[in-house]
Amino acid sequence: MKMNLKIWRQKNANDKGHFFNYQAENVSEDMSFLEMLDVVNQDLVKQGEEAIEFDHDCREGICGACSMVINGNAHGPERSTTTCQLHMRSFKDGDTITIEPFRAKAFPVIKDLKVDRTGLEKVIEAGGYISVNTGNAPDAHSIIIPKEDADLAFVAAACIGCGACVAACQNSSAMLFTSAKISHMAHLPQGQAERQRRVLSMVQKMDELGFGNCTNTGACEMACPKDISLENIALMNRDFMKASLKHR
Amino acid sequence: MQILNSSIGRKYLMGLAGAGWTLFVAGHMAGNLFIFAGPEAFNRYGHAIVSNKPLLFGTEIFLVTCLLIHVGLGLRLTLENKKAKPAKYAKKAVNAKKPSFASQTMAYHGTIILFFIIYHLITFKWGPHYDVTYGTETMRDLHRLVVEVFSEPAYVAGYVFCLVLLGIHLSHGASSVFQTIGCNHPRYTPVIKKLGWIYALVVVVGFISQPIYVFFNLRG
Ligand code: SF4
Ligand code: FES
Repeated sequence: MKMNLKIWRQKNANDKGHFFNYQAENVSEDMSFLEMLDVVNQDLVKQGEEAIEFDHDCREGICGACSMVINGNAHGPERSTTTCQLHMRSFKDGDTITIEPFRAKAFPVIKDLKVDRTGLEKVIEAGGYISVNTGNAPDAHSIIIPKEDADLAFVAAACIGCGACVAACQNSSAMLFTSAKISHMAHLPQGQAERQRRVLSMVQKMDELGFGNCTNTGACEMACPKDISLENIALMNRDFMKASLKHR
Repeated sequence: MQILNSSIGRKYLMGLAGAGWTLFVAGHMAGNLFIFAGPEAFNRYGHAIVSNKPLLFGTEIFLVTCLLIHVGLGLRLTLENKKAKPAKYAKKAVNAKKPSFASQTMAYHGTIILFFIIYHLITFKWGPHYDVTYGTETMRDLHRLVVEVFSEPAYVAGYVFCLVLLGIHLSHGASSVFQTIGCNHPRYTPVIKKLGWIYALVVVVGFISQPIYVFFNLRG
């Protein structure tokens, strides 16, 4: 297949940035999207040009490093798929593909398609610690967790922190990400001791960092490669309200 | 206060204020249907409402408060959100990742609806005051005003247009408030969403039926 690429290039956070056109020849439909870009980059380097920078690490959909907006969709056209797990068979020969970095004030562009997502880590950091007993590891069955709760916690914990939710949201809201973290702990007994404190400080941090306000468009849920559901946001809203009313 | 200082707290307030209006419009719409029962029933209904001062003032204060909260917080939210997304994408999200039109454009129809409400009050509430007497009782002849206003094709068109926007606004808002206050459940949410749509549809059709009926049947 042959692809026409329109790729955003930007030298650094202060540069204005522009789209540049590239061609990718001999693209196999079995290639992943990142492999296709690798080939483009190799050609660029051969011609003495600078490679297009993009984030990636595991390339198996578990680290959350890859991040780009492909034809207007964060992580490309397929649902429940990270960019690294997207394959060229999702496109047709001769397609023009527009590739842009995640855009949000809280995610400044570092270079080309790479953005700084430290903000998400700061939100996690604001969550603080959980209290656990020291001493020997407890017996595996000493804390009883109903299967349903364990499942819900696990589903929330699947969030890989990629930031696609922020990128896809027209308000750059980080609610889906933050709620995944909140919900993960809220469903487990270990998360109860600091439950209220955690939601208050994580939401406060999220607001502080310049992520926008949620307007329930649901774009985040659709873009999320890990199918984190809006249900988590509802839980966070509930927990936050309870905590702010009770807190002294 | 923590609640007002947080995006989630403000969202709660904004949603609940919107819910206040959501409930009100259904009541207002139902009252409008008295138009089908003839001039006397229509005028008597209007008269009963304005004669009940506690109900009238209570509702007015409630609605103005809700409107101020909803619009004030909405304005703030829109400005903050524009700042949070300084650059737009060259392409819009498509297919499986495209959010609903209504949810993405709330600020726009919201603004138009605000102006519509003001204009609507000027036309009817503060509009010309005709009198009519039934037996010994003299009351405002709202029916005459309604017929006058809705004999104007441009007014009917504008009214229908704004009401459709209200429907779009409600199609998102009526169910979205449940998500905001924390009700989201895989069993109930799909039903709530459908009911939200139906609610919006019923309200809009109910409201629009009045000018259409007047224009085609009662126009002088
Ligand atoms: S919620 Fe989904 S889209 Fe958002 S950071 Fe987590 S995995 Fe990525
Ligand atoms: S590179 Fe790790 S999730 Fe895509």
